[in-house]
Amino acid sequence: MMIDGWAVNALPGVLVVPAVAAALLAILPNYRATARLNVMATTLTLICALSLFFGKPQPGPYLLVDDLNGTFIVLTTFVGFTTSIFSASYIGHELEIGRLTPAAVRFYHTMYQMLMFAMNLALVANNIGLMWVAIELATLTTVLMVGIYRTHEALEAAWKYFILGSVGIALALFGTILVYVAARPVVGEGVDAMVWSVLVTRAGAFDPALLDVAFVFLLLGYGTKVGLALLHAWLPDAHAEGPTPISAVLSGLLLNVALYALLRFKMLLAANPAAIAPGPLMVTLGLLSLVFAAFMLYRRRDIKRLFAYSSIEHMGIITFAFGMGGPLANFAGLLHMTMHSLTKSAIFFAVGHVAQVKGTQRIADMGGLTETHPVLGWSLILGVVAIAGLPPLGIFMSEFLVVSSTFAREPPLAILLVAGILIGVAGLFLRLNSIAFGEPRGPAAKAQASYVPMFSHLALVLVAGIYMPPALVVWFQNVAGLLG
Amino acid sequence: MSGLDFDVAHLLAGSLVLVSFLELYQDRLYALLNVYAAHALVLAASVAWQALIQDAPHLYVTATIALIFKAIVIPVALHRMIVRLGVHREIDKVVGVGPAMLAGMGLVALSMVVMLRVTQEADPLTREDLAFALAVVLLGLLMMVTRRNAVSQVVGFMSLENGLVLAATGAKGMPLVVEISVAFSILIAFIVIGIFLFRIRERFDTVDVHALDRFRGERR
Repeated sequence: MMIDGWAVNALPGVLVVPAVAAALLAILPNYRATARLNVMATTLTLICALSLFFGKPQPGPYLLVDDLNGTFIVLTTFVGFTTSIFSASYIGHELEIGRLTPAAVRFYHTMYQMLMFAMNLALVANNIGLMWVAIELATLTTVLMVGIYRTHEALEAAWKYFILGSVGIALALFGTILVYVAARPVVGEGVDAMVWSVLVTRAGAFDPALLDVAFVFLLLGYGTKVGLALLHAWLPDAHAEGPTPISAVLSGLLLNVALYALLRFKMLLAANPAAIAPGPLMVTLGLLSLVFAAFMLYRRRDIKRLFAYSSIEHMGIITFAFGMGGPLANFAGLLHMTMHSLTKSAIFFAVGHVAQVKGTQRIADMGGLTETHPVLGWSLILGVVAIAGLPPLGIFMSEFLVVSSTFAREPPLAILLVAGILIGVAGLFLRLNSIAFGEPRGPAAKAQASYVPMFSHLALVLVAGIYMPPALVVWFQNVAGLLG
Repeated sequence: MSGLDFDVAHLLAGSLVLVSFLELYQDRLYALLNVYAAHALVLAASVAWQALIQDAPHLYVTATIALIFKAIVIPVALHRMIVRLGVHREIDKVVGVGPAMLAGMGLVALSMVVMLRVTQEADPLTREDLAFALAVVLLGLLMMVTRRNAVSQVVGFMSLENGLVLAATGAKGMPLVVEISVAFSILIAFIVIGIFLFRIRERFDTVDVHALDRFRGERR
């Protein structure tokens, strides 16, 4: 009972801690203190999130914790925590070389906590309107952070992200309104008709045609935020021009949060037998993103842009897996999402330090990294090997599961999938070769890096590829079952 | 619901679509802003009427926001801004009036076909409102893609958002409408401040390919 009572208090914790920290960070001027406070706040949030495992509070009209979002919350708070450690050393360096002013750093830390708050709120929201507001808030805070360097390029990137993101969430709102209109005759007027846990139990009686149209809007709207192909135009710019910790959080977390919103609505549609199956739509968009991004990897000259396209590719694979559905594909999708978050943020940690020591993001100016900076160079190689899906790392396992489960059901799709993955792998290694090996170029000064976040992520991915604890497997299977 | 209630709601929502069409062919920024103010005014009237016939006093808040913020504050602020940015004399047109109007009509027809077909179960007022709202949303999107100037793209976005508010108020008894309209107003305020602070005049496309390459950090 003690533990139960604790967990009830822990749910507000994942929201209140970042909110309070954001307020504090807005007031405190000292850089070192604020960086430490930022790390402390994310640690505390992570503890609150972990304690959600030990007993979940009852779903209310606004907040809900179940096994599905529990997984997302823990992943979000964990990567948020490690990124805050990386961010402390990264931002310290930016401050030193004068790329950021102390005022900008204060603003940055405040926004970082606001983003954590918004993402956690979107994840725990039981109300589809509240979820929408939270995703809008997350968009706004990241827009502000992407533009923080105030260069022409950064402002253009922020503006593009802003407009496309706004159109996306506007479409998502229209979809949300349509869901309410579909629910009203069945559930009745008022708050209940927007509460997800109520909707999902009564969705069988909703008007299927309305739900269909609603889902198309939601898919386009939240799909823009996931970075699915044809709606992805904001993503590479936002990743390339913002501070690298934000690239890590965008790729590793925010894309997942938008995907989570889509999954919730997919479950809603799945509960209504007469509505269209959301799967094929997601499969199509996922494959399109994968193949498109794989080809785009070839001509990248900016290192952060390269990995941004790789994120589009992997979000495509994850969307594809969830679109296929069924226990095995969902399991693979969840695993792939987790592994991708960990690996991609580790890569961005490495890339952030590399860009700092080399003073550039251009791939052409950073050859021979393994000679000038062996630790960074080899970590980056390990990260790319992991993200490319080579054994024995975690992504190999999840990609293998996605492919094999697809082969069992839809062989033609699996061929496209494999082709896309292979094209992407070749593109990545082509670029990696010119970054890591060859004639050393650019400054060889020692990096003042914090390696711990990067190493811990890579270690987790490595361990997950070799040995998955049975408890974790059971947990993922359980969540995959929830997804239907 | 009495005939008059429905007719007035229908008239106001229909007018909103009409004003969207007016926006579509304004190529002077000043004129465009004036038409947008009219758009917001019609929206405010429409929301206020919904508040009256639905007996939902909280919708008056949304109507007031539309009236004060969208119909007065934003247009005035943008008027001053375009003078400061020196773009008030610019003519902004990518697609000709004829094709834009034709595309607009196609989109309105599309939204009627889609929404009226899928909402047969819903009550007539919600049905009409949703169909008109989708038309306004699509016309707003059309405006965003046919314009090059950042200010007129923002006007496109704001009229798109007016369509969403219309949809939200038309969905009878929807909770959080006021909160959502406040959240949207904050978003719009940010956008407007953004234009000014960042001095963005144009975006997305420029004839100068070199500028594009530099911006993408991908010059050879």
